[in-house]
Amino acid sequence: MLVGAKNFANSLTWMIGGAQGSGVDSAANIFSRACFQGGLHIFGNREYYSNIKGEHSYFAVRVSEDPIRSHLDDINILVSFDAETIFRHADKVTSGGAIIYDSDLSSTTLQEVPTIDEPAAKRIRELLEKSENPITVNGMVNFAKNNGAVLYDIPYFGILKQFSVEINEPALSKLTRMINVMALSASMAILGFDKEILAKAIKVIFKAKPKIADGNVLAANYAYEYVKSRFDLSQSQFKLSCKPQSADIILVQGNQSSAMGKLVAGCRFQTYYPITPASDDSEFLESNQIVEQTDGKKGSMVVVQTEDEIAAITMAIGGALTGVRSGTATSGPGFSLMAEALGWAGMNEVPLVVSLYQRAGPSTGLPTRHEQADLRFAIHAGHGEFPRIVFASGDIEESFYDSVKAFNFAERYQMPVIHMLDKLIANSVMTCKYFDQSRVAIDRGKLLQILPPSVEVGAAGHYLRFKFEESPVSSRIPLGTENGIFWNSGDEHTEEGHITEDPFIRNKMMDKRLSKLDLALEEISDEDKAVSYGQLDPSLALTVIGWGSTKGAILDALDELALEGKRVHFVQVRLMNPFPTALLERMLFNTKILVDIEMNYSSQLGSLVNQYLHRDSEYRIVKYNGRPMSTSEIYNALMSIINGNAPRRIVLEHGT
Amino acid sequence: MALKLADYKTNVHNDWCPGCGDFGILSAIQMSLADLQIPMHKATIFSDIGCSGKTAHFIHSYGIHTLHGRVLAFAQGAKLCNPELNVLAVGGDGGGLGIGAGHFVSAGRRNVDMVYIMFNNAVYGLTKGQAAPTLKLGMKTKSLPQPNVNNSVNPIALALVSGFTFIGRGYSYDVKHLKDLIAKAVQHKGLAFLDVLQPCPTYNDINTKEWFQGVDNMNAETGKQMPRTYKLEETGYDGVVHDEEELNGKMGQVIERSNEWGSKIPLGVFYKNEHIPTYQERITSKIHNYAEWPPSRQSIADENNGPITTIQKLLDTLRADN
Ligand SMILES: Cc1ncc(C[n+]2csc(CCOP(=O)(O)OP(=O)(O)O)c2C)c(N)n1
Ligand code: SF4
Ligand SMILES: [Mg+2]
Repeated sequence: MLVGAKNFANSLTWMIGGAQGSGVDSAANIFSRACFQGGLHIFGNREYYSNIKGEHSYFAVRVSEDPIRSHLDDINILVSFDAETIFRHADKVTSGGAIIYDSDLSSTTLQEVPTIDEPAAKRIRELLEKSENPITVNGMVNFAKNNGAVLYDIPYFGILKQFSVEINEPALSKLTRMINVMALSASMAILGFDKEILAKAIKVIFKAKPKIADGNVLAANYAYEYVKSRFDLSQSQFKLSCKPQSADIILVQGNQSSAMGKLVAGCRFQTYYPITPASDDSEFLESNQIVEQTDGKKGSMVVVQTEDEIAAITMAIGGALTGVRSGTATSGPGFSLMAEALGWAGMNEVPLVVSLYQRAGPSTGLPTRHEQADLRFAIHAGHGEFPRIVFASGDIEESFYDSVKAFNFAERYQMPVIHMLDKLIANSVMTCKYFDQSRVAIDRGKLLQILPPSVEVGAAGHYLRFKFEESPVSSRIPLGTENGIFWNSGDEHTEEGHITEDPFIRNKMMDKRLSKLDLALEEISDEDKAVSYGQLDPSLALTVIGWGSTKGAILDALDELALEGKRVHFVQVRLMNPFPTALLERMLFNTKILVDIEMNYSSQLGSLVNQYLHRDSEYRIVKYNGRPMSTSEIYNALMSIINGNAPRRIVLEHGT
Repeated sequence: MALKLADYKTNVHNDWCPGCGDFGILSAIQMSLADLQIPMHKATIFSDIGCSGKTAHFIHSYGIHTLHGRVLAFAQGAKLCNPELNVLAVGGDGGGLGIGAGHFVSAGRRNVDMVYIMFNNAVYGLTKGQAAPTLKLGMKTKSLPQPNVNNSVNPIALALVSGFTFIGRGYSYDVKHLKDLIAKAVQHKGLAFLDVLQPCPTYNDINTKEWFQGVDNMNAETGKQMPRTYKLEETGYDGVVHDEEELNGKMGQVIERSNEWGSKIPLGVFYKNEHIPTYQERITSKIHNYAEWPPSRQSIADENNGPITTIQKLLDTLRADN
């Protein structure tokens, strides 16, 4: 069992929970920001219901001195100000860990918390009955105490009352909105965190509302001092000490990184229909639609909220036809609606980027939860056969650079590119290396902005948009270009773009379009196809294969395994279509035990490996309960494989 | 050199049925482009799927034959990225008011400066004559096994309440009137909708050319045949909203006229309102240089293929010392 083997100083998991809308997010953002400003690395992950107010949400932040990329199952510091958080999470607090809770809620019974659904209530009841504890908050914290957790009972209301007298603000209701920050600050006192840095972080998070920021700083200080004076903190096992943060580290929200990449890529038109977790991408772009340019001019992006996803993709295609880099962002239900138009873009060789933020399906599934189950769908969406590139980012940092690459691929090969992202990436926040714009290149492929009047023409005297020549990629001009009239049609078409049903032209056009995938496979660099981490240990001969956002938890688990002398090789596939068969064959050459790890039921990447490499995975680790894989889960699963006592298919089930 | 009608024609074989009303609409579009002297490369025809959808291939300008029902979304995307284009969207009544009705309504809300011409033949031509949303309740064209069980939608009224700012109706056999109507629609600042009555001799044996001409519509006194269509402008009707005070009155008048059918079918300009800002104007309020610097004009890379966009300021806000 992994209990943080990589247990360096300043390393812990902190979690805050509460009803949606009660300030859980802002408290977690302040905590993340404070740790970041205190020179630490963080990885934070937000979990929430498809609900606006009232249901339980929580935000777990892992802190470390070294870069980290994922979360653990265990909690070291649990911060709460409601009963539900205690009921749902207190049993996961480690020995020596801390629980902060509202002492006024001690006698609250499980039954009194209506938002705990029956299946969860049943599990909690059984846990408490078995351990002979009362079915109350008190019972639950007692359970945790018996596990070794240290309890910090805080009478929030009483403190608020004292605080209101102190700051001369009789309107208590105004102050209750700051309970979240007080709870957070209580945890900071326990951790011995620098109060000044905390205050600075609060000001950053409430930058837009200086008055609110000031009030929260006062409240934070008050709670901080209260905890310091009331409890003996010398015993507490977990401490966070600050140092200056290095200038090349940034704190990035995953719903903004790909969007920032789009800005740099020169995407100037984005369309969308609201859907979790994709809309943040578009909203970020709309908030930042005016862009700075190195030539001193101001660029700008037009962002349109459309009536549905069909309009989103078709409008984006219309934009792309004018030579503008155009994209749309969506999630599973929206992508389903886009299928027909995706084929139109493939048929008419239109460069288009669809950012597909996967969430748990099918149908509306678990609308706010995580899954990687749209891989096969992304590869096959649409009727008939047409080329498309499917490209998957593994984390926040990759998603920035990959957005630019997605546009480059789209223009170079004149086809739609589906950029695979997901809920975990979108709703996590982490410290990354400063994004290096100088590493980015723009490749517009065969886009011509002007055509000479003497341009070579077809029999009818027209520019040939779909010219048959040596390369399957033809030159492309924006609508409105002089001397260059062309047509497009979703029907099979001639080189000019007019409808044809000629069987010979049909064959040539199919060959032209689909052979662009061979070209892409030839030209796309190995690092964009698949990345190999570590080396195969010949005695173990075990390789983990995965794609997308499981990368972080896999790499962190591998680090932990390495500490125990187990060297495991990892291959992260990035280019999902066309499939990089030859490269993977090389990478997996001496692998005897292939372990496929994915957040879906049917091991979709595993099935692709099987299809293209004619090779089964010896083990398949899957998860489909909507909660992302943790380092702990992957570590434990791999350990059982190494020890030879694992089933061929391991279903991970952790999560609240 | 002045552009001639012939310049707007392609040599693509036209496979519409003999006598199809689509021919007249095609000619009218080409004539209005010539009248307005719009250079071929400055016009883009976006078309829906259907018999009418083939129109794009017969016009010598950029032609984008899109998906069934989606033509307006494609067209708006292009126009917003390159406002210099003259964008004409064309398509059938099935595409426009059946599968694409949501886009029709939403396009009205945006008021992008372009033209949408709907070929109204009351049937789904290319799929062999099923009832289109414009076919009246209880009508049984020869292509239908049973009388139409759905009520029809009123395209003019729907365009009005959706927010189209120019609404007109033409008739495919009155090409001269139609081409002038198209020219007015092109010149209108905002989204223009033209409902064009288009006989489909193959499947719609009710609303035929003869029916519109009124061969069965005799004046009881004179014994003379009376055409069913009449021109709004010849009755002193004025659909222009001159100032915003008039809006309610003018809208009511549009609904009233749009309900006329049977022996009196109005053609011409029902409505024109230039007091509603276009979508381009709405963008300009947020992106001040949008008109001079729309997406299609912006370069995004330098001569070394480096990006010219810099997000350094944005990235700096994500640093700890910020
Ligand atoms: C999504 C989709 N559904 C169905 C069709 C089949 N289809 C082709 S044309 C058409 C109807 C065309 O009717 P209308 O839009 O009135 O155009 P018309 O042929 O009358 O000009 C249909 C349903 C299609 N092409 N795409
Ligand atoms: S089916 Fe009707 S609409 Fe289509 S081409 Fe023939 S006559 Fe015209
Ligand atoms: Mg029709």
